[in-house]
Amino acid sequence: MNENVLSRAVPAKTSGWLHYFANPGRFLRFVQPILPWAAGVSLILTLAGLVWGYQFAPADWEQGDAARIMYVHVPAAWVAMSGYAMLAVCSLFSIVWRHPLADIAAEEIGPIGAGFTFVCLVSGSLWGKPMWGAYWVWDARLTSVLVLFFLYLGHIALIRAFDNKTHGYRAAAILALAGAINLPIIVYSVQWWNTLHQGNTISLAGGAKIYMTMLYPLLISTLGFYLSFLTMVCARVAAAVCERKTASALLAAAERG
Amino acid sequence: MQNTWPYINGAYGVTTIFLVAAAWLTFARYRRALARLRQAETQ
Repeated sequence: MNENVLSRAVPAKTSGWLHYFANPGRFLRFVQPILPWAAGVSLILTLAGLVWGYQFAPADWEQGDAARIMYVHVPAAWVAMSGYAMLAVCSLFSIVWRHPLADIAAEEIGPIGAGFTFVCLVSGSLWGKPMWGAYWVWDARLTSVLVLFFLYLGHIALIRAFDNKTHGYRAAAILALAGAINLPIIVYSVQWWNTLHQGNTISLAGGAKIYMTMLYPLLISTLGFYLSFLTMVCARVAAAVCERKTASALLAAAERG
Repeated sequence: MQNTWPYINGAYGVTTIFLVAAAWLTFARYRRALARLRQAETQ
C-alpha cells in the first residue's frame, strides 16, 4: 500500500527527467566541454561590467561617484540571494529524491554564495559610510543580509560537521530549507519597514528607475557575476565528482590488491 | 563634496580580490581533481 502511494507521489516522467540529469557521470560529460567557454564569457562580461561601471558610467546627480559602488554591490546581492535559492532547491531535491548530485551541489554552492554575500556586505558598508555617515546600521535590509551570511556559514559548517557525510547532508538541507524564509524578508524588508537602505531600483514588475547609461553596465556586471557564480559552482561540483570517482577507483585498486 | 574614491576603490578592490581568488582556487582544484582521476584510472 505504502509502495503504491510513494510511486504515485512523483510522476514517472518527472522522476526520469530528474534522475537523468542527477547522474554525476552524465553531469561531468555535459559540463566539462562547456566549462572553458563559460569561464571565458564570464571573465569578459565581468571585466566589461566592472570597467564600464568604474570608469565610464556617469556619476549620479545626487550621490556623485559613490553610486559606482552599485555595479559591484547590487550584482553581488542578487547572486548571493539567488545562490541561496539554488541551495534551498538542491536541499529539497536532496531530502525528497535523495539525489547525490544535489548534495554535492549544495556543499559546493555554500562557500561561493558566502563569498558573494561577504562582497555585498563589505561594498554596501563602504557605500554607506559616505552616504549615511556610518559603515553599519541595524537596518532591516542590512540585518537580513547579515543573517543570510550567517546562514551560509552555518550551512558550510553543518554539512562538514558529521563523520557520516549523509547525516551532514540531511542536517544542512533542513537548515537551508528553513533559512529560505529569509529570502522574501530580504526582498520586502525595504517595503515592510522604514529603512535607511533605499527601495528597490529595479524590479520585475516595476521595471527600472535608473537611466539607461547606468542600467546597461549594471546588467552587464550582473550577467558577468551570475555566469561567474554558475561557472565556479559547476567547476567545483565537477571537481567533487572527480574526487569521489578517484576515491572509488583507488579503493577498487586496493581491494584487487 | 566628500572624496568618495577611497570607498569606491575599496569596494572594487574587495570584489576583484574575491573573484580572482575564488576563480583561481576553483580552477586549481578542478585541474588537480582531473589529474588525480586520470592517474587513478590508469593504475
